[in-house]
Amino acid sequence: MMDACGIDSPEALFAHLPEAVRIKRPLDLPAGISEYEIVEYFRQRAAENGIGYSSFLGAGVYRHFRPVLVDAVVSRGEFLTSYTPYQAEISQGTLTAIFEFQTMICQLTGMDVANASMYDGSTALPEAVLMAARVTGKRRALVARSVHPEYRETLRTYARNAGLQVEEFDYGPESGTIQLEDLDRKMDGATAAVVVQSPNFFGIVDQVKAAGEIAHRAGALLILMFTEAVSLGILEPQPEADIVAGELQSFAISPSYGGPYAGIIATREKFMRQMPGRLVGQTTDSRGNRAFCLTLSTREQHIRRERATSNICTNQALIALMATVFMTVYGKQGLRELAEQNLAKAHYLAGRLKPRFSGGFFNEIAVRLEGRTPEQGNKALLKKKIIGGLPLGRFYPELADSMLLCATEMSRRADMDALAEVLS
Amino acid sequence: MITKVRTHPSQNEALLFERSSPGKKAYQLPDLDVPPVDAAAALGAENVRAAIDGFAEVSEVEAIRHFTRLSTWNYAIDHGMYPLGSCTMKYNPRVNEVVARTDGLAWAHPYQPEALAQGCMETMARLEAILAEITGMDAVTLQPSAGAQGELTGILLIRALLEKRGDPRKKILVPDSAHGTNPATAAIAGYAVENIPSNAAGLLDVSALDRIVTKDVAALMVTNPNTLGVFEENIVQAAEILHAKGAMLYMDGANMNALVGIARPGDFGVDALHLNLHKTFSTPHGGGGPGAGPVAVKTALEPFLPAPRLKRSGKKWAWDYNRKRSIGRVRAFYGNFGVLVRALAYILAHGGPGLRNATVDAVLNANYIRKRLEPYYDLPYSSPSMHEVVFSDARQEPGGVRTGDIAKRLIDYGFHPYTVSFPLIVHGALMIEPTETEGVPELDAFIDAMISIAKEVETDPQLVKEAPYSTRTSRVDEVTAARKPVLRWKPN
Repeated sequence: MMDACGIDSPEALFAHLPEAVRIKRPLDLPAGISEYEIVEYFRQRAAENGIGYSSFLGAGVYRHFRPVLVDAVVSRGEFLTSYTPYQAEISQGTLTAIFEFQTMICQLTGMDVANASMYDGSTALPEAVLMAARVTGKRRALVARSVHPEYRETLRTYARNAGLQVEEFDYGPESGTIQLEDLDRKMDGATAAVVVQSPNFFGIVDQVKAAGEIAHRAGALLILMFTEAVSLGILEPQPEADIVAGELQSFAISPSYGGPYAGIIATREKFMRQMPGRLVGQTTDSRGNRAFCLTLSTREQHIRRERATSNICTNQALIALMATVFMTVYGKQGLRELAEQNLAKAHYLAGRLKPRFSGGFFNEIAVRLEGRTPEQGNKALLKKKIIGGLPLGRFYPELADSMLLCATEMSRRADMDALAEVLS
Repeated sequence: MITKVRTHPSQNEALLFERSSPGKKAYQLPDLDVPPVDAAAALGAENVRAAIDGFAEVSEVEAIRHFTRLSTWNYAIDHGMYPLGSCTMKYNPRVNEVVARTDGLAWAHPYQPEALAQGCMETMARLEAILAEITGMDAVTLQPSAGAQGELTGILLIRALLEKRGDPRKKILVPDSAHGTNPATAAIAGYAVENIPSNAAGLLDVSALDRIVTKDVAALMVTNPNTLGVFEENIVQAAEILHAKGAMLYMDGANMNALVGIARPGDFGVDALHLNLHKTFSTPHGGGGPGAGPVAVKTALEPFLPAPRLKRSGKKWAWDYNRKRSIGRVRAFYGNFGVLVRALAYILAHGGPGLRNATVDAVLNANYIRKRLEPYYDLPYSSPSMHEVVFSDARQEPGGVRTGDIAKRLIDYGFHPYTVSFPLIVHGALMIEPTETEGVPELDAFIDAMISIAKEVETDPQLVKEAPYSTRTSRVDEVTAARKPVLRWKPN
């Protein structure tokens, strides 16, 4: 090769770099290690995390069983090691799967179109708000305080620099659902979007319809967020929503200390061209066979550059495929049954504790501890090898006496009993 | 002659919704060990849905066959060379997949107590330190989800520092050879974009830069090596010009595979850059993601990094949320941890010397392709190539054959196409990046295919224009797809 290149050392390939930019020493990194040592290194890190705990954490990240088919499919090199499917003729596998993904998200949310994924739920929120701003030509968003706190923080980062004004409205201290009066009072004609989450951060099914009526009366769009996708198996899709944005982590995506997950944005057909992110469409090949390809790319950064609907390029294709396989495995009947199991487990747990709010909940519940703080409760639980709930005071100072617990189909009755015994 | 591949039958497969039949199931759930709950009573009847209309019902074997059949319609790195320029399609080591699925890591919840997350935090701290050493920068955030979000983070950091100095300024300069994400990012960060022309060598025009950098300019976003695969040799002077005028230098690190162990952005004046772990550091592209886009910065930008930050607290790691000057979060939690684990595994496997060797091999491979294809394809810029080489279709265009046609014909020869028609400054670009993954036999097979196609263009251009012939799907009608969008399946 070097002969062909006319050089006698590969170093000659770098001879044209200015001397000032070259590093004059080896990188200060150890020599490479073997496969066995790599596996061992990460096994040790995993052990440092603590092993053998049962957990009742939710708050946007949920412990659901991952059907074995999911890893069987996504481990196939054809899916794992392929690029973004720009070359449709040799990417029909990925393209077809994304088309199915888009369809399933529409079926679950009741929307007309869904994109091929966003990074996660938290970034789907600012993308949805920016989209609403493009649709309405307005620059203000009203966001429920019961939307995931870290999602709201993410929105603030984007908003501050994109010239969006973000304000929040409160939840009812008894119900845990949004305060319609507060929303109504803060609503004005300059508002692009009202954002609510259901089930909300406290696990409660929120008043989406009423929020939608208030938003629409003032000419704003309603953005409906979700963090617990399994709830879609039991909750009625909301025709009031103009944009549905959410997180699919519950669909066979490992908690993995916070990512990678997959977000989605779904909407009405009339807003299709303002959507961010990749879209797959159906067409035909030159022989007339059904085929799929990436489409409406004139919205995207590689064509439209600074006038694109978003700067997103790489998305979460393989993670979205995990969710697609998950939805396929559970199917129409299974997703409902899974949701019903989650509902039953959380209600069993709640029955043994003191719920903080009166609103109807899915699989998460805010509970008030008596005589001790949530932190103290968690400390007592850890002694029994139980990771308790998220102390809510971290995000809501007024809820410093409460923690957020989650039960899923993986929560065993015996573990819930053990938790309740310590906390009650 | 086509020697690398021959056709074999691939299975037809309907969409899931078309092969669904009522009552089939692929799932099992344990028996419920608590009393069932009436959903309508618990949630309100108006909130409980009817059956999910159209959702598929298939058996387990139908499910696995469905996705396996689809998978066979894809090309992948595991099949062979994937010469997409600027995409760095290198081998994705399988040990990375194994370690990312280690139970205690894969099931770690982001809110579990810090005392029970030390392994995750140590993993991240180690990766931060290594990436700082590789880039020659002072601090690293692992929070950004992918390259484009890394860019946004970097520009917001620059904006925050300039705001603190009293003036965030108005414009970001972007060379005309840049990736589309650069101008899109600048716009989302609230900046106007000024596209600046490259000089005759395809490089930054430093003499023009001196004039263009006004008091309105916040930063220049530059890819180095640029999208022609050429090292910006005047980068140090460019940085000096920017810094002298109070502006900053942002580097798009998409092409870091040309520099690791050879040159460090921190040593040539870069203030902030992002890395694409799914390019340089081997994490799989997965058909379009997930990625991870860590951002490395100089000390002056460190106070503004997204919160939370890792900090040492005695013998333990802790998350520091009390970061008053932080730009805030760019996403929930701490980053795409699973991707970070894979990248660290790659780095540990290579070690310092191995990483440098990979760079050298990647650059050697690109130069070998350049030398051998130069007699057949037009080389619009003769500047030395780093990890990729860009040809144009100038010699094929008179015969009516364009870069996109050559790319499609390459499929018949058993290769994924190179990057087509990018960078935009080259008319009819063929952008080729082999990476270090390929050995001589695969490179030679690719080169032979490209030479053979160049000859076909001369003898039978129509053959090339209608390619591919060997795929189960022939040329796809993208125009109709965009004109009459069908974005979901519906029952007839």
